[in-house]
Amino acid sequence: MTRVTLRALLSHWWRNPMQLFTLLAGLALATALWSGVQAVNAEARASYDAAAATLGEGQYDRLIRRDGQPMDQATYIALRRAGWLVSPVVQGRYNGVRIVGVDPLTAPGGIGPIELQDGTDIGSFFTGQGQLFANADTAADLPDLTVVVSPNTAPGTAVTDIGVAQRLLGKDNQIDSLLVLPRQPKTQAALDAVVPQLTRQQAQAGSDIGRLTDSFHLNLTAFGLLSFAVGIFIVHGAIGLAFEQRRPVVRTLRALGLPLRRLVLLMGAELMLFALVAGIVGVALGYVIAALLLPDVAATLRGLYGADVSGTLQLRPVWWLSGLAIALGGTALAASGALYKLSKMPLLAAAQPRALAMAAGQSARLQGIGAALLLTLSVTLMFTANGLIGGFGLLASLLIGAALALPLILDRILAAASAMARSVKAQWFWADTRQQLPGLSLALMALLLAMAANVGVSTMVSSFRLTFVDFLDQRLASELYVRTEDATQGAALIDFATPRVDAILPIQNADVQIAGQPTEVYGTRDHSTYRDNWVFLQSTPTPWDTTFAGQTILINEQLSRRAGLNVGDVIPLQGQDFTIAGVYGDYGNPIGQAVIGEDIFATLYPGIAPENFGIRINPDDVPTFLSELEAATGIAATQSINQAGIKAISLSIFERTFTVTTALNILTLAVAGFAILMSLLTLASMRIPQLAPAWAMGMTRSQIGKLELLRAVLLAVLTAMIALPLGLALAWALLAVVNVAAFGWQLPMYLFPADYARLGLFALLAAALAALWPARRLARTPPADLLKVFSNER
Amino acid sequence: MLLHAENIHKTYTTADGPFEVLRGVDLTLGGGETLALTGESGSGKSTLLHLIGGLDTPDTGVIRLNGTDMAGLDDSGRAALRRGTVGVVFQQFNLIPSLKVADNIAFQARLADQHDAAWAETLAERMGLTPHLNKYPEQLSGGQQQRVAIARTLAPKPRLVLADEPTGNLDESTAATVMDLMLELVSASGAGLLMVTHSEALAARLSRRLHLKAGQIA
Amino acid sequence: MNAKALILCLLPLTATAQGFAGLGTELEGFAVPQPDPVFDFPTDHGPHNDYRIEWWYLTANLQGPDGTPYGLQWTLFRSAMAPEEREDWKSPQLWMGHAAVTTPDHHYVSERLARGGVGQAGVIADPFAAWIDDWTLQGDWETLQMTASAPDFAYEMTLTAEGPLVFHGDDGYSVKSAAGQASYYYSQPFFRIAGTLQLPQGDIPVTGNAWLDREWSSQPLADNQTGWDWFSLSFDDGNKLMGFRLQQTDGNNYTSATWITADGQTTAYPDGALSATPLDTHNTAGRDVPVRWQVQLPAKDVNVTVEAINPDAWMATSIPYWEGPVTVTGSHAGEGYLEMTGYE
Repeated sequence: MTRVTLRALLSHWWRNPMQLFTLLAGLALATALWSGVQAVNAEARASYDAAAATLGEGQYDRLIRRDGQPMDQATYIALRRAGWLVSPVVQGRYNGVRIVGVDPLTAPGGIGPIELQDGTDIGSFFTGQGQLFANADTAADLPDLTVVVSPNTAPGTAVTDIGVAQRLLGKDNQIDSLLVLPRQPKTQAALDAVVPQLTRQQAQAGSDIGRLTDSFHLNLTAFGLLSFAVGIFIVHGAIGLAFEQRRPVVRTLRALGLPLRRLVLLMGAELMLFALVAGIVGVALGYVIAALLLPDVAATLRGLYGADVSGTLQLRPVWWLSGLAIALGGTALAASGALYKLSKMPLLAAAQPRALAMAAGQSARLQGIGAALLLTLSVTLMFTANGLIGGFGLLASLLIGAALALPLILDRILAAASAMARSVKAQWFWADTRQQLPGLSLALMALLLAMAANVGVSTMVSSFRLTFVDFLDQRLASELYVRTEDATQGAALIDFATPRVDAILPIQNADVQIAGQPTEVYGTRDHSTYRDNWVFLQSTPTPWDTTFAGQTILINEQLSRRAGLNVGDVIPLQGQDFTIAGVYGDYGNPIGQAVIGEDIFATLYPGIAPENFGIRINPDDVPTFLSELEAATGIAATQSINQAGIKAISLSIFERTFTVTTALNILTLAVAGFAILMSLLTLASMRIPQLAPAWAMGMTRSQIGKLELLRAVLLAVLTAMIALPLGLALAWALLAVVNVAAFGWQLPMYLFPADYARLGLFALLAAALAALWPARRLARTPPADLLKVFSNER
Repeated sequence: MLLHAENIHKTYTTADGPFEVLRGVDLTLGGGETLALTGESGSGKSTLLHLIGGLDTPDTGVIRLNGTDMAGLDDSGRAALRRGTVGVVFQQFNLIPSLKVADNIAFQARLADQHDAAWAETLAERMGLTPHLNKYPEQLSGGQQQRVAIARTLAPKPRLVLADEPTGNLDESTAATVMDLMLELVSASGAGLLMVTHSEALAARLSRRLHLKAGQIA
Repeated sequence: MNAKALILCLLPLTATAQGFAGLGTELEGFAVPQPDPVFDFPTDHGPHNDYRIEWWYLTANLQGPDGTPYGLQWTLFRSAMAPEEREDWKSPQLWMGHAAVTTPDHHYVSERLARGGVGQAGVIADPFAAWIDDWTLQGDWETLQMTASAPDFAYEMTLTAEGPLVFHGDDGYSVKSAAGQASYYYSQPFFRIAGTLQLPQGDIPVTGNAWLDREWSSQPLADNQTGWDWFSLSFDDGNKLMGFRLQQTDGNNYTSATWITADGQTTAYPDGALSATPLDTHNTAGRDVPVRWQVQLPAKDVNVTVEAINPDAWMATSIPYWEGPVTVTGSHAGEGYLEMTGYE
């Protein structure tokens, strides 16, 4: 029974290869989209994790020398003998590879990413020639050393024993930093008494790079979530249609005596087989997508944040398994619904036509209620969500609610249009379009989600870019940044530079606590560099005038949010009160910051002399200036940072970010377009009986074909009109809710109408392209087929 | 007794409220006997046929097929009955469009694990389908398709054949040919036949006849 | 790989797959204990880098002001990857410190790991000092100062010797198997100890008796030996008994014992003279461990029951084992320490 049934079921696909292709291709594309984004994400994350695990970055407090120089090994031993559980780290470059030396016996969590494997020779690791752990790319850069390939080591990094690292780097007896273990013994000497030359860096300090990369990741994750939603809709649509097409056969099989249970099982098994095949194809496709995207993502992250991401893709089980899981899970989810409906479907449909119609009406009502509930929830969350879960809940409820509401909204619009239509032809067109809606609604939902995701993500990324460019202008306004070693060198710099440059801007700061928040207060010189470039989130009309006059203070957003301080509030510093005149965006900075005038700073903190300087100078004169500076004052070029160069690199990297975003945008649209194509093709064969009367009433086949095309474009336009506000709401949720929850700062939202118009055009194009073929097929339907409709009628 | 139906009631829910299609129908049929069920549209004759074929269940009443009370059967039990004991010929043929004629003819017998190649061949030959065995249903005329459907129904050698206006979709001369063949083969196989028809002429060719009116035997 | 996993695979003491059975590994150029040893003090209190494994192992039975019994452990293990010492990080010597305090209800454990060659851990014979990080045991063996500290406990103790060193086996040559595996083994079992325990509930002044073991070898166990049960018992009549039972894969045991009189006279007993039989097991850290024993040495009319004061004295360290204070009842009354390995 099983064999003959399977043969009957499968024969359907051999006879209708196009349907099989659309089902498999739909599943494969959805899987590819999901797994492609996941692959990029997983790869980047794995790189970070490796880096974090290697260095304990951000996880542990560190002890370093106040002057930033390496410390003597004896300092380490003295601390251990005084009861401090610290572990030494030495770092440096060798053949361009970052070598990290650790002592595995004292390191917290051991030596990070290194796996114990057959190639590990403990004796050699500790005492012999030395053994390094690095990923395959990095290993290739270290041909003369014994390198164990360990895929989980951070890119561009080799981890080895501290003794080996010291020897390789020529740092015998030297240690760069000490990791402080979180649990320390009951009795230990005071740190200052043992090592007064060391300073303790809190785990969080210096991790702003991590926070920015996290932000970028969140964006990618959001994109992954959206692509997942689109994918699930497509899978659902593909399965639903496949079942719809086979309804009559299912009835026949049951009438001929096939038990329902067996039928459901066999159809489920058949689908799972397809899902597996399509999933494998999809994962392979996703791999290709990711491999194409990854170099750009890697470059973006490396350049922008200085975080190393491997440029080559590894087949990580995390994502290819998740890709297969999406294909199988999505299919199972969609199929379980379809199979349930099938099992509830009466054997004799004709016997209860009314009951079925009523059930359909009921499901539309349920869908409406679901949409209303979800949209209400999302509105509530917009005002109340203040955590990551709330933020993602908002995204999910907004997206799903809108998708569920779409067919109902479109139905209302079409009903209204139909009521307003004057000519018979127009009336027929609107009514017929409305009739098509249920069959197309899943594809349209996919289009809605794809477009909304595109609008949302591109708004977010573009806003991110604009904000960041402003921020770079604000923070890297000076062409040159010079760090002097002491006040004497600082004075020499001022003497030398004053006649040669446009302006010298001393940078000086004091560490204070404002409203319990660790804050750096800067004393800033009155200069157009600040007045022209700094952007305030809120301010008095003349924030700089009063601040440079020593009356007011400017604070960053982080301090404002954490301490609940706003313009007009008063902050005491060294016994003097300052009114807040402005709050400025300070992206990526984990701690509070405040700005007061240079003169008042000197009065309040007489002990602090500026050692760092921003220098305004014609960028072309920078090289000459630097060489003359070194000759005259001994300030080395290595003490300077060419900020104009940094800015240029950062901006070029943003362009790469866009390449990634654009590629993902096009991909999502392509998938949505495919969903439309699939739905239209499926509908086309069922359409003939509906179109035949129109033909009989005197419309030509080519007219009918054109109307079909018009109908698809029209539905896409309507969907796009709904997608735009949805996408903007999505962007807002990402920028104002999710980002704040994740990082403590809000990104301002900018609108990009031209981008949206282009996106809309793409969407229409996708819809039109998808509709073209089915429409042509309809236009070329042989008259005999149309006639058959009538001859078959009773 | 091959078929015994007693006091059958069936009510459907419609937009205008409940509608009682069958109101206490009794019916019996012996092996080899042929019975025509006539009546106007909506008189309940198709419903009665579906209940007997196990495609639906009555609200009250007893249907016994070959001594088995159908009320005691679940979906798979009724499916088993449909596979082997009862064969249904539908008005719309209900062939499997993706299978060739030969496979369509053999399908139900294979499903019931009662495939007899020689018998299937005989059926195809008698039905004049031998030249078409490698075609797909859509390549056949309506009359040919119905002959495939009849052959499929008879292939597992059912004890009872149910036919629901089997020639309703065919033109008159085709209908006559198909009907001749069906009656001949049913009688050759020794099965009972219960046929729903609104044709007086057809009804007259069967051994007995029942007329349904408003859900009751008139 | 975390540090612990690393340790597990690198300390010969703990070769991963074999656990304590790893002590029976190949020699690879390490020196081997020879019969008829001649010890040279204070040099022999220091490390013997050409032997694979060595320890300075102190256990103490203590009493608080209210009579509550406590146990204390301070141990420094040396484990060599090669039979030599080299400078700086190249040193093949690895050090592991274990400190523990046992109360009737709690067992506090801490572990430290260190490399030789850089000064973080080591032992100097004269003037004697053994240390790992801030944990130290130093003095002239008449008086020793001892400290250890961990996140949840710490102690500072003073030890005073009230008797001579005693040598086990054949003048300090202690045979461990029928195949002839052996170690150098001597003890100072006559320490008076006093000091302060810092526990979460507060500081507790304590006094009592301590027993310091010195042992080194390169292959102390035979291939078929998987662990040991070791007893150091101090009887109220002033006599002491050291005895151990080595577990073999064939189900048999190899036993050895030293009878120590109050003035330090020793009698060594060969395999079979001592018997130790588990009477009761306790499930701790997922293992069944014997925490009540019948120990018999018929030659001295010893037939006692040894019972753990805290049956959960499990050392959850890189190489886990059981080590805790015990009470002794039966033919002789007293107190002591019990160590059980090979119950992984």
